[in-house]
Parts: sequence; structure tokens; C-alpha cells
Amino acid sequence: MNKNKDVDSIVVRLAGDSGDGIQLMGSQFAVSTALTGADFATFPDYPAEIRAPVGTTFGVSAYQINLGGGPITTPGDAPDVLVAFNPAALKVSLPMLHKGALVIVNNDAFTARNLAKAGYDTDPRKSGVLADFQVVDADISHLNLESVKEFGLSKSEGSRCKNFWALGLLLWMFDRGFDPVENWLKRRLAGKPTLRDANIKALHAGHAYGETAELAASLSQVQIPAARPEPGEYRSITGAEAMALGIAAAGELADRPVLFCSYPITPASPLLHRLSHLSELGVGTFQAEDEIAAISAAIGASYGGMIGVTSSSGPGIALKTEAMGLAVSAELPLVIVNWQRGGPSTGLPTKTEQSDLYQAVYGRNADTPIPVLSAATSGECFEMAIEAVRIAIRHMTPVILLADGYLSNAAEPWRIPDLASFPPIEANPLPESEENPQRKAFTRDAKSFGRPWITPGIPDLMHRLGGLEKDIESGHISYDPANHQSMTDLRSAKVQSVANFIPEQKLESGPDSGDLVVVGWGSTYGPIYQATRETGVSFVHLRHLNPLPGNLRELLGRFDRILVPEMNTGQLATLLRDKLGASPVSFEKVTGQPFLISELVEKIGSLRGELS
Amino acid sequence: MSEKLTAKDFTTSQEVRWCPGCGDYAILKSVSKTLADVGASPEQTAFVSGIGCAARFPYYIESYGFHTIHGRAPAVATGLKLANPELDVWVVTGDGDGLSIGGNHLLHAFRRNIGLKILLFNNEIYGLTKGQYSPTSRVGTTSPSSPGGSIETPVSPGQFALGAGARFFARGIDTDKVGMSHVLQKAHAFVGTSLVEIFQNCIVYNEDVFASFTERKNAANTQLHVRHGEPMLFGDDSDKGIRFNADTWTLEVIDATKTPDDVLVHDETNAVLARQLIDLPSPVALGVIYRQPSVSFEEAFYAQHPSSMRRMKSVKDFIRGPSSWTVDA
Repeated sequence: MNKNKDVDSIVVRLAGDSGDGIQLMGSQFAVSTALTGADFATFPDYPAEIRAPVGTTFGVSAYQINLGGGPITTPGDAPDVLVAFNPAALKVSLPMLHKGALVIVNNDAFTARNLAKAGYDTDPRKSGVLADFQVVDADISHLNLESVKEFGLSKSEGSRCKNFWALGLLLWMFDRGFDPVENWLKRRLAGKPTLRDANIKALHAGHAYGETAELAASLSQVQIPAARPEPGEYRSITGAEAMALGIAAAGELADRPVLFCSYPITPASPLLHRLSHLSELGVGTFQAEDEIAAISAAIGASYGGMIGVTSSSGPGIALKTEAMGLAVSAELPLVIVNWQRGGPSTGLPTKTEQSDLYQAVYGRNADTPIPVLSAATSGECFEMAIEAVRIAIRHMTPVILLADGYLSNAAEPWRIPDLASFPPIEANPLPESEENPQRKAFTRDAKSFGRPWITPGIPDLMHRLGGLEKDIESGHISYDPANHQSMTDLRSAKVQSVANFIPEQKLESGPDSGDLVVVGWGSTYGPIYQATRETGVSFVHLRHLNPLPGNLRELLGRFDRILVPEMNTGQLATLLRDKLGASPVSFEKVTGQPFLISELVEKIGSLRGELS
Repeated sequence: MSEKLTAKDFTTSQEVRWCPGCGDYAILKSVSKTLADVGASPEQTAFVSGIGCAARFPYYIESYGFHTIHGRAPAVATGLKLANPELDVWVVTGDGDGLSIGGNHLLHAFRRNIGLKILLFNNEIYGLTKGQYSPTSRVGTTSPSSPGGSIETPVSPGQFALGAGARFFARGIDTDKVGMSHVLQKAHAFVGTSLVEIFQNCIVYNEDVFASFTERKNAANTQLHVRHGEPMLFGDDSDKGIRFNADTWTLEVIDATKTPDDVLVHDETNAVLARQLIDLPSPVALGVIYRQPSVSFEEAFYAQHPSSMRRMKSVKDFIRGPSSWTVDA
């Protein structure tokens, strides 16, 4: 990198041990970036172990951020800057880097022991493997400890400031002010003034190191232009934050409290944590004893008139399956959020995957259709949460909302929406034509097939509901053969009817007909957006997966080929074959890592080569 | 409602489909009567059940009712009670539903002390699935799935409940109207989780399994009806009593006419005594065995949601997060 360079976008990767405070450093850098008006996307990538063995490659925790004038929609394919706190972090990150990338290593951590732990026979700083990069070897541990010496901290306490030392260096490199980070430290460590001051000191010391030219000749200040997004008010947001706010907003739009019932599981827990701070918004959280209890309590809450919401990841969703059937049978509203992760079984708890589309659409006993939605970006979790609650209440059905591990943690700038622009969410009115309470409870709307939401406590409307098949009119238990056929048809028609209420599928970008369209869903939005923009290929991104939008068949029919990139082995491709009779080409990636733009560009290129 | 309701007002028009002679009929009557006696309001009452013969209960009570899935009734009922703490929420379960597939949910209901009145119909057998041994079946129980006799140690509902932190445990016999009425009223009045174990006679698959102490002709000598603050006496002329043997740390039967001062007075707040009473082989202890009120889960929950879950602020007040910035046109 040249001195005082202006660049369109730049990818920074921070990597170290899982105890090095990398995620905190990364998120603070993201906030500093956000406040300058640059566009950005982040990718926290951390191990499943809370504190994996120090110095090992599998214990490496990383945070990647792509920042620039935008639009930035992915965390970037290849880092331009790497900060590696130890040899293992260097080893894991090196293959990803651009040639010529700036590599800042913590000299102090390159001991014989750490080199051996990382599997290096020879010191990479001397072996030539860094020949293609600009290397700055700074004594980060040592310089950090020196800078906080005056505070009389123990060595381990002092060492823990080194992420802020390195953050100070980054702030200098990117010409950022201290204020957002300092303010955060002052709030966070208000009760621990010594630690607070030590971290602030380390931050300044790292910054000063950057300024001291002779020590850091390779470093240069990088100017990132501010993005030119739509006017409005913006904030940085992760998927978990947006989902929490969206769920609370849905409660406000429906004018009902929300009871969120959940069991801790990676990567779904951040939503539970976020919501547990929103009691002033009429949101209650209940940490259940297991996944089944979580969804059961959410169903109980919905039965009681609150908006019942539960959330988990694939293995937990599997446990909830039977109860989803109960909500379908009882015709109660419910939202099930699935933060997908790599599987099968425990799989890759901290790595992302679009693993559960089959599970969401097809994965239940009997004919048990459920509407399925998915969020494309972190910010979009907000509006999809509202959409999920709206469908659940209108159609009186459980709704599955698919997100994934990447979206849960990834931050992006988000234009703060105006809540007034969302229509209120209204439950179906009580049918006046019917007097018998049991029949009244099961008199359904002609278009949505949703029944009225009658909750215990309302006088004179006592009725019974349950998981046994019920008579289509009276709601009483019925084993009548023809009635079961009618009820099965009704449940199917109800979910299909959702298609009449959702917007038509639109093209994200590109010509509205042609040789190739790329179809995505969920968090692959970012890389597909960039790859299709680069190649000029048309792009369709699905938010409604069950039912599919009514015009999708016609829209896709205008293209010769359909390419479906997915972080699974072709689940949406199967769905499109099944529901539309389409013949898509599947592009699979199941490495636990998001798609790179370059991978998609290459695939699009090779497919077009075949076509021409 | 100003008019006093009767048991009939709590009865639905649904045809009851238990086997003729099933103990459930008597329990249904006692529950309907109790609801009328305590002045319950049908719309403020909800019955939640899981799966099993007992789980049909909500269809037959004129109140709100939810027949859920196997073992999960306490979890569904927990959500309902949190959503509307004003409701009287009853859970109807059995030994299979509550202690086998749903054992985990009962455990956590007890330790949370959520305001549920749990009726556990214990017949020591799986009825609806046609007679397999259950978690409360005694060792040696022969059944379609245990032709050589069950080799599993049965779980004691009372010991399980107290071990899990339950604060109310009572027992009744399906056909004992007086005893049932008493424990149901006490269970209804309790703030927190109340567990009532009901010895229920399955006339098809496990008939007379409790006959040794439920036979009316010898009931006075085989049943111990405990009342808080009253001496533990039984027998035809209340001539027998219960004493604590400090040498063996167990309860024992004594001739109350000889050493009346040795007869224990029931203290329902004494967990050690409760555990002894639960295990007493004969006479079988009935009535409110343990009752030690504490703050209920819903009380604690709403203490942390002082607005009673009403919205005090708008999402607009939270949506900006820790910091935001403006992009001008």
C-alpha cells in the first residue's frame, strides 16, 4: 500500500487466539467505520470452543471487515490488511490474502513454542513465505505492556489491553477519531476506572506507534471515501440486533406483548440476549429447559394472546418439529426463527450454512405445511421478523423464518426505517354470524383461512382445541375420513394463500430476460449481488420460500439457464424443480464459509462459456 | 357472574369416551364440583393436557381447554400462565405423560414454582397404548412389553416433586369424593405449582392395583388422611397413630390409645416429614402432604416486567442503537 492512498474499498482481517479480544476489537473498528459514513460488511469467524487451546490453528478467532465507498455487500474475498496476533493466526489467514497485502504481526508471539503449536517448522518471517507481502513486525505485546505499566496491572490484565493497542494502530491507519471507542470504554468499564484508563492508554499508544514514522515505515494512512447511500439516518446493526428490534416492532404493530421462549444454542443465543433487554417494549423472554419446552411455551403464550416466538438452530429446530405440528393443527400464530449452521448433528456450530431449507419446507411428519421466509441481510432481519408475525397472525399459522450464523453476527450499516411506514398487524375479527363458541373459534376467513384468535379469559367463548383432527366446521374431534381430507386440503390451501398477500417477485438487478439468471436466498445475497453486478447477469433473490411468489415461474421462464448458488448441496435447486418444474444448475459450497465474489464470478463465466 | 355455578355448569356436551367404570369419571366429577365450590369462573379457567387417557379431560370441562402433545402440557401451560397470570391454569397428566416423556418439564415446573395446578392421574400403567408398564409400575409388573415382569425401579411422584423443589404435594384416591375435594381445593388455592397425585384405577389394564388401600371396607386401617396441625391418627376408632422412630429415622405405627403423646402432629411445611409420609407403605398417606408457599414464577417474572408486559416505550426509542449518523441528500 502506498502512502496516503485513496482506495474504493479495503478488506481488513484481525486474527488471534479466541482469548485475544478479536471480536471486540473488530466490532469497535466497525462502529468507528460506520460513524465516518463508509459502507461496510463484517464477518466474525470464531471457533466453537470458548477458549480453545492457546496458539493453535483451530483456536484462531478472526474478524473480517470490508469497508469502502460502497455498495459493500460482502466481508470481502481477500484481505488487504491482516493483523495476526500469533503464528497460528498468520498461518490460517495467509492463504486468503491478496498479494501485496499488508501483514502486521505481533513479534512477541513468534516464540519457538508458538511456532511449533501453529505447525511451523521454520519461522515464517524468515522462511520466505511472506515474500509477497509487506510485513510489519511490531512488538505488540511488549509495547502494549510498556504503555500500561503505570497502572500497576498484573501481567495478564495488562496483556488483555493489547487488542486496544492494535485497534489504536488501525484507527491511525484509517484516520479515525478516538471518540467512539473511548466513549464505549468509558461506558463499559465505568466501574473499573483503572482498566478503563489502561485500555484508553493502550489505544493511544497504538495510534502513536503508527504516527512514529521511523518505527512503522510500511504503514500508511488509508483514506476511505464515505459511501453515498440513500439519504437518511443510519446505524450499524447485526442480524441478531435487527431481528430483536423487528420482533419488538411486530408486537408494537400488533399492539400485543411478545413472549420469546428459547433455549441457548449457537448461533441463535444473541437474539435471546438482545430481546431480554427489551421489556420496556412489551417483550418478555423465557429461557426454557429445552428446545421442546421453548416452542411449547411459545405456543402456550400464543394461546394466551401474546405473540409467541421461539428461535434456535438446526438441531434445536429438529427437536421442535412435533410442536410445530401442534401449532398447525391448533391454528395458532407462532414464529420460529432458525439461525442455520453447518450440520449434520452438532456439525459446525459457529460456522454458517444454508442447511435447513429442506427441514423448513419438508421436514415434518404428515402433511404439515408451514410458510417459510428468509432474510437476505442483517438489516433485513428487521422487516422479515415483522412479515413473519404478520403472516402468522393473519393466517393463524406457525411461520419459519430462516436466517443463519453469518447474519446473526455480521454487522452492516442500516438505514433506520420509519415504523409508521409499516401497516398495523390485525388479528381476524370474530365472526358475528356464529353463536356457538366452538364453531366461532373455527370460522375461518375466506381468503387467508385464518381463524379468529380467541384467548382464554374472554367470557362466553370457551372452546377446546388440540392436536387431534377436528371437524372443519364445529372444531370438535373428528375421525371422519372425508373431513380429514377436507382439513388436509384446508391446511394446504391456507399456506398457499400466503402467495396472494406477498409482493410479486422482482429482479434485484440485470436485464429482465436473457441467457442466465442467478437465484439466491438468505445470506448469499451479498456475494451474489456483487458477482452479478460485475458480470451484468440478472439476479433474483427469494425472501418467500414457501409458498414461492406466484409470478416466479413466469419470471424465471424468461431466462435460458438458472444458476442457484447455495451453501448446501442444492436445496433451493430441488425446491425450484419440485414447485416450478425448473431445471436449475446448482452451485454448492459447504465449507462453513460464505461465498467469495470471485468464486461466483468464475462460475457465472464458465456457465456462460458453455452457453455461448 | 353473580349466580353461583354448579358442577353441571362446568360440564360440556361432549360425550365422555373413557372406558365404563374408569376412575377418570369420578375424578371429572370431583374436579367439576370443586370448580363450582371454589367459585371458579369458566372463562378464567384453562385446562391443558398432554397425551394419554387422562389428557382427554379438557374436552369434558366447560372452560378453555387445550389438548396438546405428549409430555409437553406443563411447558405449554407455562407459556399460557406467563401470558395471562390471572388465569387458573390446570394441567392434567398421567404417569407416562408426566413422568416419562414429559419428566423434564415437570421437573422444571416444580423448581420454578409456576402457577399451575397439576393433576397427575397415576394408574401405574400405559392405558391409551394398551397396557405397557409405566415409570410408576412396580418391579415385576407383567405387561405386553414386559412379559417377564418389569425390571425397572418405579419413580415416586412425591419424592420426584420434592426433590425437584416442588412446594405443594398432595394425594387423593379417584373415588374418594371427600378427600379429593379437600386436596383439589387446597391445590386450587396454592400460589405456585401444586401437584396432586391421584391414585386412579385403570379397570382394563391394571385393575385394583391400589386395592390394598383403596378398598372401602378396610380404608380406615390402610389410609392416613393428614391435616395440617392435627395428630396423625387412623384406624376404625382412630386408635392408631404415627410416631417418629429416632433410632431408625423412620415413621412407624403405634397404638395411639397407649402413648397418645407420641403421635406426630402433621406439619405440612416440614419437608423431612413429607418425604417420610410419601414413602410410608401402610397406611398410605393422603391429603396435603407438603405445602410450603414461596414466590411464584409468574410473580417473579412480572416483578421484572413492572409494566405487566405492556409497552412503555416505542421501538422508535430503541432503534437507533448506541450511535447513529445521518446521510444528507
